[in-house]
Amino acid sequence: MALLTRSRRRLQSSAPFLIVILAGAGAAFFIIPLLGLLLRTPWTSAWQQFGSAEVLAALRLSLLASVSATAIALVLGVPLAWTFARLAFPGRSVLRALTVLPMVLPPVVGGVALLLAFGRRGLVGGWLATTLGIHLPFTTAGAIIAETFVAMPFLVITVEAGLRSMDTRFEDAARTLGASRWTVLWRVTLPLVRPSLIAGAVLCWARALGEFGATITFAGNFPGTTQTMPLAVYLALESNPDAAIVLSLVLLAVSLAVLIGLRDRWLGAS
Amino acid sequence: MTLEARILARVGDFELDMELGLSAGELVAVLGPNGAGKTSLLRALAGLLPLSGGRVTLDGAVLEDPAQGIRVPTEQRPIGLVFQDYLLFPHLSVLENVAFGLRARGMARTPANREAGRWLDRVGLSAEGERRPASLSGGQAQRVALARVLALNPALLLLDEPMAALDASTRAEFRRDLRRHLESFRGVRLLVTHDPLEAMAMADRLVILEEGRVLQSGSPSEVTQHPRSRYVADLVGVNLFRGRASNGLITLAGGGSLTAVAGPDGDVFAVVHPRTVALYRTRPDGTPRNIWEGRAADLDLEGDRVRVRLSGLPSIVAEVTPVAVRELGLDRGDRVWIAVKATEVNVYPA
Repeated sequence: MALLTRSRRRLQSSAPFLIVILAGAGAAFFIIPLLGLLLRTPWTSAWQQFGSAEVLAALRLSLLASVSATAIALVLGVPLAWTFARLAFPGRSVLRALTVLPMVLPPVVGGVALLLAFGRRGLVGGWLATTLGIHLPFTTAGAIIAETFVAMPFLVITVEAGLRSMDTRFEDAARTLGASRWTVLWRVTLPLVRPSLIAGAVLCWARALGEFGATITFAGNFPGTTQTMPLAVYLALESNPDAAIVLSLVLLAVSLAVLIGLRDRWLGAS
Repeated sequence: MTLEARILARVGDFELDMELGLSAGELVAVLGPNGAGKTSLLRALAGLLPLSGGRVTLDGAVLEDPAQGIRVPTEQRPIGLVFQDYLLFPHLSVLENVAFGLRARGMARTPANREAGRWLDRVGLSAEGERRPASLSGGQAQRVALARVLALNPALLLLDEPMAALDASTRAEFRRDLRRHLESFRGVRLLVTHDPLEAMAMADRLVILEEGRVLQSGSPSEVTQHPRSRYVADLVGVNLFRGRASNGLITLAGGGSLTAVAGPDGDVFAVVHPRTVALYRTRPDGTPRNIWEGRAADLDLEGDRVRVRLSGLPSIVAEVTPVAVRELGLDRGDRVWIAVKATEVNVYPA
């Protein structure tokens, strides 16, 4: 212990001056914008802004779309993660790369791609519209699709990592006890990766909540149907800066809550 | 109830190729060093490791026969497997763990819990039903794992190193405990272990497994009296030689020869207990028929004995008292004369 403190002190004292300066600048780079947001918040009229119909509609739509996107991601993403973690098949790595591509793809590109697929004259959009009567572009459903497209990869890779690090012999044990594969999945596998499921779902939801590029490209910007919080913030910045700040503050609070909720995962138990 | 198994299976480069026959009532221990294929054998029997060849039947019913395309899935085999580290489900209570198999086989929650409670009672853990497995001691976890498996009344019970996860100090006690629980079980019982003491203390019959092959099988006393492999000889602590015998003279495969009183001719094993190996400074002039010169390669104090590894033709291990070592003035590298009486060379067919 004494040795540890001594070596730590030596590390501290020997840190180059330039490093400390640059690190400080780096930290300030993150802190100043947040500080600006907090200092410029019109606290007295904040509640008023919050109560305006436009803000409430954006908030309601954002919650609906992000929760729906997370639900879809859970239903489709968990099986996808399981497939990547447990099944070996040719082309797995290629398929895996394609499904997590939206994490690095500029969201606008994602939106364009969605339009080309599900748009009126898209790959399957025309068929969806004529035979099933489903119109995705510029509808709330479209906003949900756009958010799912961008956010689901976060769930997939988190759950896949959880499945890979899990001791699969628990599944073997369950099978020797007479559990079918389906029972094993529900009563052993999923409960054991519960922390990953929760973390993946929260990450996915936070990403969906903040989605901008794909949503505005694919679903447009119609108040009440496709105008989510980020879109409303961007729009309000010109017409009603105070509303933009209050909306931003709400999104910041949500992000902070997610970070605190997942701190054990990201920052270690300390 | 009997198990007839001819097992051919591959795990990477490792190949398991063995036959095993077990009948109800006997407790058989498969003993072998780490990596001998013990766990693979259990996984193969449980259906977790597919066979590449062979055939497994339990009470006449075929569980697996690749040639005929038969493979009963793990969950439908009447087999209970107690894993080495027990693998109690950490997200379920002790009671739910024991009830798991009953529920998986379609029993409703209430009767399953009642039945699980009875089993917990039987292993003396009725008060621990609500606890999480992580809070149990090793011995308690072992009993829960056993109850979880026995509650399903399997026809074949497999135990993978049941004592490995326990403290050395509590092993003897739990061995007695486990033996008692196993005695009340009617089906076929198979235990694998790398601990010879555990195998000898628990089993009616030993199967020695090394590198995926069965080297020897028999009652513990048969196996220890007539080792057929370096592994068993080392376990028992005897010198094992292999060679060709002709009229009591055995020409050893590794060089040198030994004279025995009697025994079969042909390919044989010869065992010499280290206690019966005598050492002399000068060439002894007496009755021992086997006298040769060697060099003390190593001396190890073990309890109240010194084990002297001697290199020569043949190389052999002698066990002498520390006083004898002092009187001989024996040290590493010294040359000594080695004597073994012909009556102490135990010969049997290979």
